[in-house]
Amino acid sequence: MNKIGLIIKREYMTRVRKRSFLIMTFLGPILMAAIYAIPIMLALNSSTKNMRVAVVDESHWFEDRFTNNEEHTFVLMPGQPIENVKEMVKEGAFDMALHVPPTQLNIPSNAVIYSLRQVPMEVETYISSVMQKEIEDQKLMAKGVDPEIVSAVKTSVNLSVMRMDEKGNEKETFTQVQFTLGIVLALLVYMFIIFFGGQVMQGVAEEKTNRIIEVIISSVKPFQLMMGKIVGVSLVALTQFVLWIMLTGVLYAGFSAFIGLSGPGMLSSGTVMTQEIASSDIMGNEDVQQIVQIAQSIDFGTIIGSFIIFFILGYLLYATLYAAIGSLVDNNTDSQQFTLPVTVPLLIAIITSFYIVNNPDSSLATWLSMIPFTSPISMMVRIPFGVPIWQIVLSVVLLAGTFVLMTWVAAKIYRTGILMYGKKLSYKEIFKWLKYK
Amino acid sequence: MTKISIHEVTKRYADHTALDRLCIDIPAQCIYGLLGPNGAGKTTLIRILNQITAPDSGEVLINGEKLNQKHIVRIGYLPEERGLYKKMKVGEQAVYLAELKGIRKAEAQKRLKTWFEKFEISGWWDKKVEELSKGMQQKIQFITPVIHEPEILIFDEPFSGFDPINANLLKESILELRDKGATILLSTHNMASVEELCDSITLINKGKSILQGKVGDIKRQHDTHQREIVVRCDDFNKLMSVADAYNNLKVEHTDQPDETKLTLYSDSPNEMLGQLLQIGQLVSFKEVLPSMNDIFIREVQTQNQAT
Repeated sequence: MNKIGLIIKREYMTRVRKRSFLIMTFLGPILMAAIYAIPIMLALNSSTKNMRVAVVDESHWFEDRFTNNEEHTFVLMPGQPIENVKEMVKEGAFDMALHVPPTQLNIPSNAVIYSLRQVPMEVETYISSVMQKEIEDQKLMAKGVDPEIVSAVKTSVNLSVMRMDEKGNEKETFTQVQFTLGIVLALLVYMFIIFFGGQVMQGVAEEKTNRIIEVIISSVKPFQLMMGKIVGVSLVALTQFVLWIMLTGVLYAGFSAFIGLSGPGMLSSGTVMTQEIASSDIMGNEDVQQIVQIAQSIDFGTIIGSFIIFFILGYLLYATLYAAIGSLVDNNTDSQQFTLPVTVPLLIAIITSFYIVNNPDSSLATWLSMIPFTSPISMMVRIPFGVPIWQIVLSVVLLAGTFVLMTWVAAKIYRTGILMYGKKLSYKEIFKWLKYK
Repeated sequence: MTKISIHEVTKRYADHTALDRLCIDIPAQCIYGLLGPNGAGKTTLIRILNQITAPDSGEVLINGEKLNQKHIVRIGYLPEERGLYKKMKVGEQAVYLAELKGIRKAEAQKRLKTWFEKFEISGWWDKKVEELSKGMQQKIQFITPVIHEPEILIFDEPFSGFDPINANLLKESILELRDKGATILLSTHNMASVEELCDSITLINKGKSILQGKVGDIKRQHDTHQREIVVRCDDFNKLMSVADAYNNLKVEHTDQPDETKLTLYSDSPNEMLGQLLQIGQLVSFKEVLPSMNDIFIREVQTQNQAT
C-alpha cells in the first residue's frame, strides 16, 4: 500500500472507531426523525382533545357564528356574568371562556379568552378569524351593502406558478417545497463543512502539539500527510452521511408502520409533507396527484448531482484552509484569529441563504453562488429553483480552480507551520512562507 | 568509506543564517557526534538530511549519490521533540510508523515483537499511548525509527527522560546497531555519552563547524599536559618545600589525612617525581585528558569572543 493510502486508512479508522462517531451516527437520524415525527404526534394528540368554549357575548354579534367541530365546541351562556363563567372554567366545566364586551362598529373589539392552560393555536386563530369576518360584514352592511352581495363576492383564488422555458414548455412550481429543499441542502453543506473541516483542523493541530509530526514527515512529504488527512476525513463524512440516510430510512419505515397501526391510511403513501398530514385526515386523490406533480416538478438528477459536486468541492476547499490553520495552532487559544476569516464567508453564505431562498434569481444570489467561498452553500439554495446550466458550470470551474490554488497556498503554510513552535505569528510572517523553497 | 558527505551546505531564514557553508564527512559504520550550543544549526542540518527542508545551496551525498526521495526509507530519525498519537494503541501505532517507512505489516509485527521483548514491554502492545508514562513512551519512540533497519540512524537527544538503567540499555542498543552496520549520527548535549559512544564529532557554532575529528585525537590536541599525582607523606612541610620549586603546580588535600594530591601541568614530570619519591610513597600517577565538556565550553567561548 502506498504512503498516502496508509495515511488515509489511519485517519479513517481512528475516527470511525471513536465513540463520538457512533453517537453522532445514531443521534443524527433520531433528531431528524424527531423533527419529522413530533409535529405529526402533536397533530394526532391535539385532534383527539375537544376544546369546550363558554361564550359570553355581550355584543350578541357572534352568538350564532361559531360552529362546532372535532376540535372545539362552543356553548353559549347568554346573560351570564363573565365572572360566573370564569368560575366554571376554574371548576373544569369548560376549557376556556370567551368574553366579548359590548361592541360598537368603529371601536376595535376587545374580546378576551380566559383559560387555565395554554390555548391551542387553532382555536385562537379560529375565534379571531370568525370575529374579524363578522365585523367586516357588519361594517359593509352599515355602508349599505347587501349581505347577498357580500357573500356573492367572496372568492377563493387558486394561484399556481408556471415556469416557462424558451421552447415553450411549462412546468408548475411548488415554492414551498423548493424553499424547504434549498434551505435543507444549504444547511447540510454548511454543517458538514464546519464539522468535518473542524476535524481536519483538530487533527493537524493534534499532530503538531503531540510532536509526532516530525517523525511522520521524516517518512512522508507534508503534502501527502495533509492530503491524506483531508481525504481520510472526507471519507468519514461520506460514511456518516450514508449511514444517516440509511438509518433515517429505517427509522422512517418503523415510524410509518407505527402510525399505520394507530391511524390506518394516514401515512401509507410514502413521502408526505407534515403539514398536509396535520391538516387532512384522509388523503384524497387530489392530494396524491399533487404529490406526484411536486415530485415531477423537481429535477432530482440536477439537485443530487450538484449537491455531490458542490458538497465535495466545498468541503475540500475549506478542509485545506482548516489544515493550514491547524498547522498554525500552538496552543488552542490563539487559533481564533486565523479561524475567523474562514468562518466569516460560511456565515455570510448561511445568513444570506434566507434572502436567496426568497429571491433566487437576484443579483446578490447570483454573485454569492459564483464566489467560490460562498458558492457551495449559496448555489445549493438556488438549485431547487432551477439555475441556468452555464452558471452551474462556471461556479464549479471557479470553485475547483480556487481549490487547486488554495491547496498550493495551504500546503506552503502547512509545511512551515507544523514545525513552528513558540513564535507569535502574524499574517505578514505567514505570507513570507509562501516564498520559501 | 564516507557514508554521508555534507558539502558547503547553507541554509538561511528570514532573520538569520542557520547553516553557513557547512562541510562534514561521516564515515560508514560509526557513531558520529553532532555537538553545538542551542541554536547552532544542528536541528536544521538534521532536517535537511531527513529532507524535511532543503538547503539553499550546497549538497548532501549519501554513498556518493545526491540526496533524493529514495533515501527516505534508508534513514531512521528520532527527533528531539518527539511524540506519539495518544489515542492509538502502542502496537498498532508502531506498525503504522514502520509501514510508512515501507515495511510490510507482517514483517513489521515480527520485528517489533523482538524489540518489545528486548525492551521488556511486550505487555504494552494493546495499551493506548496515553496510559503509558513518559519514560515508557520514550522506549517506544526509540524503537520506531530503527524498525525498518535503516543504514543511517539520526538520534537527537536520545537519552533525555531515561533512568540510568534504561539509558544503559539504550547505549548498548546503539552500539549494537553500529556493530551491525548502521551509521549513526548522534546529536546531544550529554558530553559523557559523547565520550562513551562517539567515534568522531563535529562541533558547530553559529552554523559553522569549529571543531572536527576523532574523539581521541581531539582530546589529545587539547591536552594541557595535566598529570595527577597522589603521594603518601607524613611530613607536609617537606612536601611543600618540593612543591614550592614548581609554579605550574596545584596542591590539594585528599580525604585521607596523610595523602596529598598534586596537579601538575607539564609533560616532563620526572624531576619532580624523583624528589617526591624520596620523601614519600607514590599512591597514583595519571595523565588527565580534558573532558569533551571542557573542550566544548572552551571552543565555543573562544569563538564567541573572537566574533
